[in-house]
Amino acid sequence: MIQSFGWQSVQFLFHGLVWTVGLSLCTFVGGGIFGLLFAIARSLGPNWLRALVAGYIQLVQATPLLIVVFLSYYGLSFLGFYFPPLAAAAISLTIYATAFLADIWRGCIEAIPRTQWEAADALALSPFQRLRYVILPQAFQISLGPTVGFMVQIVKNTSVTALIGFVELTRAGQLLNNMTFQPFHVFLTVAAMYFVVCYPLSWWSEKLKERKHAGTAH
Amino acid sequence: MAYEMNFTPVLARTPELISGTIDTLILSSQSIGIGLTIGLAAALLRVDGPKWGAVVSATYVEAFRNTPLLVQLFLLFFGLPYMGIRLTANEAAIFAISLNLGAYSAEIFRAGLLAIPKTQIEAGLALGLSRLQVMRYVVIIPALRIIYPSLTGQLTLTLLGTSIASAISATELTLAGAKIESQTFRSLETFLVLAAIYITMTFVFRFLYWLVGLWLFRRRVPKTGSAAATLTLPREVES
Amino acid sequence: MPALRIENLKKSYGNVPVLKGINLAVENGDVVAVIGRSGSGKSTMLRCINGLEPFQEGTIEVVGHKLDQSRANLRELRKEVGMVFQSYNLFPHLSVAENITLAPRVVKGLPRDEGSALVREVLSRVGLAEKADAYPDELSGGQQQRVAIARSLAMKPKVMLFDEVTSALDPELTGEVLKTIAQLAEAGMTMVLVTHEMGFARRVATRTVFMHQGTVWEEGKSEEIFTHPKTPELKNFIAPDLK
Ligand SMILES: Nc1ncnc2c1ncn2[C@@H]1O[C@H](COP(=O)(O)OP(=O)(O)OP(=O)(O)O)[C@@H](O)[C@H]1O
Ligand SMILES: [Mg+2]
Repeated sequence: MIQSFGWQSVQFLFHGLVWTVGLSLCTFVGGGIFGLLFAIARSLGPNWLRALVAGYIQLVQATPLLIVVFLSYYGLSFLGFYFPPLAAAAISLTIYATAFLADIWRGCIEAIPRTQWEAADALALSPFQRLRYVILPQAFQISLGPTVGFMVQIVKNTSVTALIGFVELTRAGQLLNNMTFQPFHVFLTVAAMYFVVCYPLSWWSEKLKERKHAGTAH
Repeated sequence: MAYEMNFTPVLARTPELISGTIDTLILSSQSIGIGLTIGLAAALLRVDGPKWGAVVSATYVEAFRNTPLLVQLFLLFFGLPYMGIRLTANEAAIFAISLNLGAYSAEIFRAGLLAIPKTQIEAGLALGLSRLQVMRYVVIIPALRIIYPSLTGQLTLTLLGTSIASAISATELTLAGAKIESQTFRSLETFLVLAAIYITMTFVFRFLYWLVGLWLFRRRVPKTGSAAATLTLPREVES
Repeated sequence: MPALRIENLKKSYGNVPVLKGINLAVENGDVVAVIGRSGSGKSTMLRCINGLEPFQEGTIEVVGHKLDQSRANLRELRKEVGMVFQSYNLFPHLSVAENITLAPRVVKGLPRDEGSALVREVLSRVGLAEKADAYPDELSGGQQQRVAIARSLAMKPKVMLFDEVTSALDPELTGEVLKTIAQLAEAGMTMVLVTHEMGFARRVATRTVFMHQGTVWEEGKSEEIFTHPKTPELKNFIAPDLK
């Protein structure tokens, strides 16, 4: 039992940080896979599929993350599935990240000028080859900055899962606060730990965006 | 093991849902008013201020953009009393959400200010306008037009972000919903109803932003494409 | 009293000197063409004259307003000194009429109902009376530049500065802008114009200044400068135009 804020507390929080990072990675991988599929469906699929994906993106982006988390955790367990907090956390964050990543990447695909599509067509590439060799590589380049920027959001979003009892960094902070009654120290340390993870990502994202601008200036 | 949906107990609490919605709207608009003011000040300090101002502004922006809103809430609500400042849950919520929006909108405003070519400012100065007049007549509208999609997107994220304030029991819609859920045990129905209310609010606000945009930029409707098309460009996603 | 007097003007960017002691006097009604190689400091001098660039040494006196390192009086000076830029710099969100009336309204307090008369007056001077309600991106480059001239005229300047105002234009459009400037010259406007149009400088300018390496290298009556250049640098510079 930790009585007051000290080295042990930092270790305790660090344990939470490991879960935060783990959950962030799961979310990024899950959101990345579905986001890419959805982005392609949204910009290149048949009309009914585009409308479906657009509807999904619109609805999720208009719902608070916390409500998505609650719906997964409390709501779906009543449907007969039991979700442990980790699974509910990963699923809800993935649902959320998918919508945003799909929207970001759709923007990147649509940012490739029509002339590139036409040039690929003129070279007799098949639709798949056109995507594989011409469009996606260019879209990938411009998506790097915003994608890394969204990773920061994912890391911060994981904190919301503390509210369904998943013990990541923020929940660890709450527990520690209940033991030590030193909220200022506890939450400042928690904030510092998030900062240490997020700031380098933000910085990297800015660098990637700058490089993109420098690239288009020529 | 089929589950029977039953919205009746939740809908019976409509008055609470309505007052929760109103509380959310109040919390959002207060935070947006304060947050945008902070953001504009921080952006001007960064772009046009003295060196120390730029450092202060950048530090503030990075600190708040790289930590979760929930932790900011906890720190202000539970942590500030340690420094002798005691805030009610609602005050802490307004404070935290405003500072959070301030940091994001500072970056958006800064991008807008930097997007206006220096030659436009020089042309204004050469005509004898003061720096303030150049801001007011030459810079603001074109800059606002450039950032309008990302700014309104950010405001939507702020509206939705207020739900997190329920974690410190600030009065707003999600807290009202949590209370209903714990008393009716109709979790799925409760949160579906909440989702529907938030989605409706978001769509109504997007529509209002669109109308405001039409009004703000009424003087110049682009010849190619409708004004609406330029107002719904993919925005940068940040929360 | 000259309309414009520059004494010992020195300016550097960092430790790179760009203007190394400029002396120049422009009388009322003079039309002075400034010519010289790229990088010789022509634009910098012009931008110093209406305070867009600070400078390190010397004084500039324009229509009674003294400008030195302190940069006081800047706005008073700018009310009486117009400037037209190479890239037009019209305000894209304002119509032609609004571009023209903005400064008279907010700087000089021109009443709203006098705006349209002013717009008509200055637009007719540049031959664009029918374009008052257009927006900048609906105009050709030459028309935009003439609107920029009209916008500057609306402040009733005593001196006008032109920085390579035709360089961004196609040859067909250059003519209409030069014609507008020539008409202003005939009407007696005091002007300093940086230009690469040697023929125009020779015809319209009363005097021509040749800048070289940050100094006024040679100056005189335009006819003299172009027919009897004294320094080898100037000879070299205008040689292709004499063929
Ligand atoms: N903002 C600046 N920072 C540093 N150096 C500058 C800056 N602006 C101009 N210079 C330098 O000052 C010198 C003079 O520039 P200026 O623009 O006055 O030349 P110019 O005679 O107008 O040339 P051009 O005919 O190409 O317009 C150039 O060597 C230029 O590189
Ligand atoms: Mg120049």
